[in-house]
Order: sequence, then structure tokens, then C-alpha cells
Amino acid sequence: MTLVAIRMILVLSLLTGVFYPLGMTGLAQVLFPRQANGSRIIDGGRVMGSDWIGQQFDDPNYFWSRLSATAPFPYNAASSSGSNYGPLNPDLRKAMEARRAALLAADPGNSLPVPIDLLTASGSGLDPHISPEAAAYQARRVARLRGLTAARLQEMIARHTRPRQLGFLGEPVVNVVLLNRELDRP
Amino acid sequence: MSGNDFAQIAAYLGVLLFLVKPLGQYIAQVYDGRWNWAPERWMYRLAGVDAHATMTWGGYARAFLLFNALGLVAVYALLRLQHLLPWNPQGFAAVEPHTAFNIAVSFATNTNWQNYAGEATLSYFTQVAGLTVQNFISAASGMAVLAALARGLASRNTTQIGNFWVDLVRSTLYVLLPLAVVLTLLLVSQGVIQNLDPYVPVADSRQVLPMGPAASQVAIKQLGTNGGGFFNVNSAHPLENPTPLSNFAQVLAILLIPATLCYTFGRMVNDTRQGWALLAAMLILFVPLLFVTVVAEQGNMEGKEVRFGTANSALWAVATTAASNGSVNAMHDSFTPIGGLVPMFLMQLGEVVFGGAGSGLYGMIVFAIIAVFLAGLMVGRTPEYLGKKIEAFEMKMASIAILVPPLCVLVGTAIAVVTPMGLSGLQDRGAHGFSEILYAFSSMGNNNGSAFAGYGANNPLVNFTGGIAMLLARYWVALPVLAIAGSLSQKKIAPAGPGTLPTHTPLFVVLLAGSVLIVGALAFIPALALGPIVEALR
Repeated sequence: MTLVAIRMILVLSLLTGVFYPLGMTGLAQVLFPRQANGSRIIDGGRVMGSDWIGQQFDDPNYFWSRLSATAPFPYNAASSSGSNYGPLNPDLRKAMEARRAALLAADPGNSLPVPIDLLTASGSGLDPHISPEAAAYQARRVARLRGLTAARLQEMIARHTRPRQLGFLGEPVVNVVLLNRELDRP
Repeated sequence: MSGNDFAQIAAYLGVLLFLVKPLGQYIAQVYDGRWNWAPERWMYRLAGVDAHATMTWGGYARAFLLFNALGLVAVYALLRLQHLLPWNPQGFAAVEPHTAFNIAVSFATNTNWQNYAGEATLSYFTQVAGLTVQNFISAASGMAVLAALARGLASRNTTQIGNFWVDLVRSTLYVLLPLAVVLTLLLVSQGVIQNLDPYVPVADSRQVLPMGPAASQVAIKQLGTNGGGFFNVNSAHPLENPTPLSNFAQVLAILLIPATLCYTFGRMVNDTRQGWALLAAMLILFVPLLFVTVVAEQGNMEGKEVRFGTANSALWAVATTAASNGSVNAMHDSFTPIGGLVPMFLMQLGEVVFGGAGSGLYGMIVFAIIAVFLAGLMVGRTPEYLGKKIEAFEMKMASIAILVPPLCVLVGTAIAVVTPMGLSGLQDRGAHGFSEILYAFSSMGNNNGSAFAGYGANNPLVNFTGGIAMLLARYWVALPVLAIAGSLSQKKIAPAGPGTLPTHTPLFVVLLAGSVLIVGALAFIPALALGPIVEALR
């Protein structure tokens, strides 16, 4: 029976550990090459990021992403991580207050309520999205610093906003990476 | 709770229940031998299996154990030797022995607890040849044991309960593999990666994009109730779960096979009402707990992704812990106290509310045996289940099966909280720190695999204690179940009389759900009171 077990492990490993993943890789590369390779953003032959991987933006004339808890720097795509702060952890409150203060310092006099997704770290630490409310909250700041009209910026935000999928799945999102790239386009 | 939250949950339950009958019927045909492709026969020939031979419960158990032990050794060897093997473009080193032991046990036992970060630890070869393979065969092993139990209940006057190799190959080839192929392609279309490239540096940035054959592993991790992620943050990672549709498909896949097997079981014992009754008992525990969590998590975005929002994160957390899946799309450690209590309690119920592929349902059938026994005590009759007399031997085996997991959880937690090494990984102190440890051992001691990930559990003490807990929880449930199958198969099937307790009625469904709830509550309320309940009262 031991010999049968060993041979069975080998047969099943070949089927599910070699044929299956390689077959799927081949099919995926033929059918959906862009998605299978990480939806890379390519500009002049250089990889500038991925549609799905958030980036850190510190300058107030960009839209800011959510907080990221990855180490040793935020939005480290090679080391995904959440903060894992427990709900009553004092460090969680501190991080939220620091973020609120930074947002207000960059845009004094903004009296809109700060959307919760701008005050919290995502589960992956790589969330490429913010909520439409979080984009609206930052729009006044970005428009002022870049000398854009509110209507023009609104158009750009709308272009990078995705509604709920199939009309009801998930939440509406704004892709910060793609939106900020468009801001820089001459 | 918004109308849209409600619509998503209703769609989820609707699609799940719609698929139960057609898929369940197909799987019953598979175990019945109605599908017989040439590749199946080639596999038997290559492995030297006589597909017509049948086994006693002892022979079946030996094949199951031997096969799982060899799988465990193979994964351990791959982890320790990955620096010498191909497909390692990032040049990852061999994994430490105590970490490798824990990973090997974790994947062989269908737990998929992760004490490592995939994108920073494992080569592509280890991911596919080690972990993807185990995702298939540990799930198929659980399904095989369920098929054997169903046969034991349906047959009479025989010691034979089937052939483990045949059940294993059929589960893999006809059920898991086709579903995984479809799901992989759906996931890739949404943006889950599937390649063998090295990591890609981003221009003018410190960022490096991770790559790899993720979709093929993610598909089977969900279908096989495994849950081990390709990346550290599992299905919260945008390249592992990029859109609400990929999320819907994955969370559907989590409960698909455990729910479907209820119908398969009904078909195999020639009374589909029995399968629906078991499914109903699971649902009356699942649905209320789901709504509690969805409400508790409203407005809490820490550790959650914007594209999913709080409702989908709560739905996932409840599904993944009701099933013994353990994948996550949000960080459970950052859930509210009540939102975190529900997933923990669902694991502590013994992973029988859906539970693992096969293992959840055979656990639930053990509880059905307990329930008919309790009912028998009340009216003073010998209990019967599906016409089989439940006697001292079956009750002994059932008691072992329901008591070993709580024992592993509570003893493991106790060891960790009184040792410096067990406490060394804590991120939070006080009640939440205790919750983190209790969650870790509830997860390993019930073969779930999800975590309150603030607890850094990769040290020799937790790896070793947890590894033992995972082994006991898997095999000291599966072995008594096979013993029950072997004992019941030899009994005759008594025709139902006026004094027989019917086991397909609402009365029995409530009795069964109540038995699960009472055993879980008696074992765990004191421990829960020290952790999440204290937090909730603050």
C-alpha cells in the first residue's frame, strides 16, 4: 500500500501541481494577457505601476491614497500587510487623529466631514482606491493648488470612478493611481 | 444596513442555494461511478490501484492516513529544499524547520494557517507543487471520508465502505479540477495574476510589483475550503482579489462544496430530505450570525478595502469561518469586538456549520448522531439515525470527535498564555491580546486557518503546539468518523416505526442546531468572556 500511496502522490502532483498551473498560465496568457501579468501601467516602455496596486502620494497637489501599514515603507507591494490594530488599540486612534490633522493642515478651512476611508489603513496596505466622498473631500485642495476649475477636475474624477459592478456588487471607487497620473498629463 | 448590502447578501444566498441541487446531484453520480473517463483509468494504472477492490474501515483509514502523511513529508521537503529547486526567480532561501513543519501540517490537514508571508518566503515551485497540490488532495481526502460515511449509512450487512483511492481520484478529477479551471479563468479576467515572471520594479519608485501563478492557487484555495493565500494578506490583496465580481465568485466558492455535499449525501442515502435538513440546520446558525456581523462592522473601515466595503468584508468573514476555509478579504484583527467574536465562535462550533469540504458535513453528521441520542434519552428509546441503531460504540466515537477540537483549542491557548514565547508575538495587550491567542488556537484547533494577524505566531512554540493541534483536530475527527462508518455498514436498516424520531423535520433541524450551539457554548463561553466579551463591554 505504501508504494501505491507514493505513486498516487506523484500522479496527483503531476496533474494538479504541474499540468493544472501550467495549463492555466498558458490559457491566461493567451486569453487575458494584460490581466494575467498584473495590469501594468506602461509609459514609454517603462512600467509605472499597476492599475490594482496603490501608491503613496505625499504632495498636497495630488489626491492622497488611504493609509498603508506595509513595512518598511507605505505601499510596499512586495510585503502586503494591514495594521492589524485591535478596535480599542490606542495607536489606532493616534493614527486616525494624525491623519485628520495632516489633511486639515494641507487644506485649512475644509469643513467637510473627513470620510472614514481616508482615516484608516486598508487590509492589504495596497488599496488603489478611495471612495467618491474621499475624492470630493480632496478636490477643493487639488483644484486650488493646481489652478484647475472645479468642473474640469470633476470630469477627471468621474473618468476614474467605477460604479458598483453589475449595478449592485461592492462599492463605488475612485482609482487614485490613475487619477493622479491624469493630473500630471500636460 | 443599506438596501444594497441586503441585495448583495440575498444574491449570495440565492445563487448558493440555487447551485446546491444540480451540483450535488452531479457529485452523487461521480461517487456512484457514473462518470468514467479514460484519464481516470490512466491514473489508476500509473498508481497501481485496483479500482474494483473495496476496503474495510480500517483499510480505508490506513490508506487515508498514509497518503496524508506522505503529502505532509513532501511539502516539508519542498519547503526545506526550495533554494535548490526551479521556479525561484526571487531566490528565496530554505524555510526554517519549525516554520516548515507548521506549514506542511497546515496544508496537509486542510487548515492552511499561514505563519509566513507568501510573497516574501515561497518560491513559485513551492506554491504550485507543494501548496496547490495539497489544496486539491486535502480537500479530496475530506470528501472521500464523507463518501465513505454516506456509504456506511446506506449499506447493510457489509464491512466494506469503498475504495479510498477511487474516491480521492474522482473527487479531484471530476469535481475540484473542472470547477477550479472555470474559476481560475474568471478570476484572471478580473485581474488576478497568473504568470511565472520575476517581480517587476516600478520606474522612479521603491515599489516592486509581485508576480506569480496566483489565480490557479486562489481558485482551489476557495473551492477546497483551504484558504491559504498566495500573498500575505490573502484575498484582501488587489492582485489576488481585484474586483467586487472576483470577490463574489470567491466567497461563493467558499461555501459551494460544503453546501452542495449536503444534497449529495441525501442522494447517497436515498433520502434527499435528510440532506436538506442538515443544510437547514447549518443555515439557521449561519444567517443570524451573518446579520450580526454585517451590522457590527458598519462604518469600520480599518483593515478593509474600499472596493468591497464593510458588508462584503463581513459576509466573507462569516463565510470563511463557517466553512473551514480561513481565507480573508479584510483583517479580522481590526474588526469590532462583536464583529470579531462571531468568526471566532463559528470556528469554535467545530467547523460543522458548512465546515470543510467533506469534513464539515461528516462533523455535522456526528452531531446528528449526538442529537438523536439526546432525543432517545428523553423518550427512553434506542436512538436510530437513518434506520441504523446508534449504540455504545458509535456514541464513544462521536464523543471523541466532538471533544478533541475544543480540547486542542483550550489547551493550546492555555500553553501560549502562560509561556513567554507564546506571549512574545502579541501586538495588543489585555483583553484583545487574549482574543488574538484564542483566535489563533480556535483557528488551528478546528482546521480553519484564518487569523487575528496582529499575533506574530511564527515562533517554535506556537508552530509546534499549533501543528499538533491541527493534526489532532483533523485525524481524531476523521478516524472516529470512519470507525462509525465501518460499524454502521454492518448493521441492518430498521424500517421506521411509530416511535422513530424522523430526522428530516423542522423539529429535528432545531434539535440539531441546538446541540451544536450548546456543545460550542459550554466549551467556549468562559474563554470568550475573557476576550471579545470584555472588549465589547468596554
